Amino acid sequence: MAAKTEEIELQLLLEALYQQYHYDFRGYSMASVKRRVAQALVQFKCPSISALQEKLLHDPGLVPHLVAYLTVQVSEMFRDPSYYRALRENVIPHLKTYPSLKVWVAGCSAGEELYSLAILFREEGLESRTIFYATDINADALKKAELGIYDLDRVALFTDNHRKSGGKSSLSDYYTAAYGGVKFDKTLRERTVFSDHSLVSDSVFAEVHLVTCRNVLIYFNRELQDRAIGLFEDALVRRGFMGLGLKESMHFSAHTDSFTPFVLDQRIYQKKG
Amino acid sequence: MKTSNLSGSSSASAPAECIVIGGSAGSIDALINILPALPRDFALPVLVVIHLPPNERSLLAEIFGPRCQLPVKEAEDKEPLAGGTIYFAPPNYHLLVESDFTLSLSSDEPVFYSRPAIDILFETAADAYGNGLRAVVLTGASSDGAAGLRAVHRVGGLCFVQRPDTAEVSLMPQSALEACPAARSLNVQQIARELSAQAGIRPHLT
Repeated sequence: MAAKTEEIELQLLLEALYQQYHYDFRGYSMASVKRRVAQALVQFKCPSISALQEKLLHDPGLVPHLVAYLTVQVSEMFRDPSYYRALRENVIPHLKTYPSLKVWVAGCSAGEELYSLAILFREEGLESRTIFYATDINADALKKAELGIYDLDRVALFTDNHRKSGGKSSLSDYYTAAYGGVKFDKTLRERTVFSDHSLVSDSVFAEVHLVTCRNVLIYFNRELQDRAIGLFEDALVRRGFMGLGLKESMHFSAHTDSFTPFVLDQRIYQKKG
Repeated sequence: MKTSNLSGSSSASAPAECIVIGGSAGSIDALINILPALPRDFALPVLVVIHLPPNERSLLAEIFGPRCQLPVKEAEDKEPLAGGTIYFAPPNYHLLVESDFTLSLSSDEPVFYSRPAIDILFETAADAYGNGLRAVVLTGASSDGAAGLRAVHRVGGLCFVQRPDTAEVSLMPQSALEACPAARSLNVQQIARELSAQAGIRPHLT
C-alpha cells in the first residue's frame, strides 16, 4: 500500500515539475529518480513526496536545486580510457579529413568530458578547426563546466586516465592549482559553446561530425532513449560518429538500422552514408 | 510444488519471485557454493552484486558460466528480467530493478566507495518485488548491504545472511545482522538449500 502511494506521489511530482516549469523527467528510469527524490526529501526537509510537490509549485527558487538532484551525474576526465583511445586511434583519422569540425558533448554535466575531448583534439592538431557544443539541462553543472575547476584529489585519477587513453602530453600542462583545486586552461574552452539543451524536449541545433553522450541514456526509459538517439542521428553529418557509454548499446533501439557499429566494444557507432 | 522443509525454513508471506545476493571480499568462494547448486529448473531471476574494481573487465560470467546449471550473464540496461537466469552487475555501474521488472544501470555516486552497490540493488528490488523478494548478504569488509537488507525486510521479503563466523570477512554479514536482526544467519550450504527451497525445488548439492 505504502509503495503504491509513493509511486502515485512520484508521478504527480514529476507532472508538476513538467507542467509548471517544463522540466520533463517523466520518461526517466524511475528506480533511480525515486532514490534521488528520497535524498531530496531529506535535504528539503519534506516528510513526503507530496509535501515536496507543494513546496515546489509555490517556490520556483527550489527548482534548480531539485533539477540538480535529479540529474547529478558523476564523471571523470577520460573516463573509460579505452573509449578515448578508440576515438584517438579510429575516429580522429576520419575527422582529420574535414576542413572544419563540430562536436556535440550532450549531457556534459560539470565538463570533465568536454575538457578531455578538447585536450585530445589539441594533441591531435584538430582543436583550431573545431567548435564544441557542450549541453546539459542542469544550469549548475553548466556553470561548473564553464569554470573548469575540479578538486585536487581527483587529479591523480584524471592524470592516470589521460595516460591510459594514449595522451601525448602531460595533463599538468593544462591546469594550474587554484581555489583549493585545479583550474583548467581557459584556452581549452575558447572554442566551446555552453548551452542549456534537453534531450527530452528540445530539437537539433547544429550539424555535427561527432556526438558523444556517455552514461546519460541509461537514465532514460526505452522511448526516451529512442528520442535522444533520433536527435543524434538528425544532428550528425553522413558518416558522422556517435559515442555512447560502455554499457549503452543500440541493441534495443529503434534507430539500429541508421548506424553501423564502428568500434563496437567501445560503443562508437557511425551514421550510415 | 514445495518439497520438504529442507532447513526448517519459515513460511514466507508470499511465494518467492526474485533472489538478490550481495557480497564483497571472499564472496566469489561463497558464491561457488551457492550458485552452482541452483538446479536447472530453478525458475526465479537471481541478481548478484559483487564489489569489483571499477576499471577492469568483470570475469564473473566466465568464472560462473561453466560451473552453473543456470545461464549466467552480465546485466544489461533496460533488459527484461527472465526467470532461471543469473545476472551480475557490471563493474563501475549500479544495478537497479524497475517496477516493470526490467533492469537499469546507473553511474550514480559510489555507495560505501563501491559501484555497484548492494544497497541500491536491494532497495530497488524491494520496491519492485515487495514480499516476493529473497535477499542474501555474504562475506565482505564493508557495511554495504545492511540498509538494503533492512529495506527488504520492511516490505516483507525474506532475509538471509552468511553466518559471520563462517565468512572470510565478517564485517558485512555482521553489519547486515545488526541492521536487520530478523535476518536468518546460515552457512553457504544452508543458503543454497534455502534458496532452492524458496523456489519450491531441491538443490543439487555436490
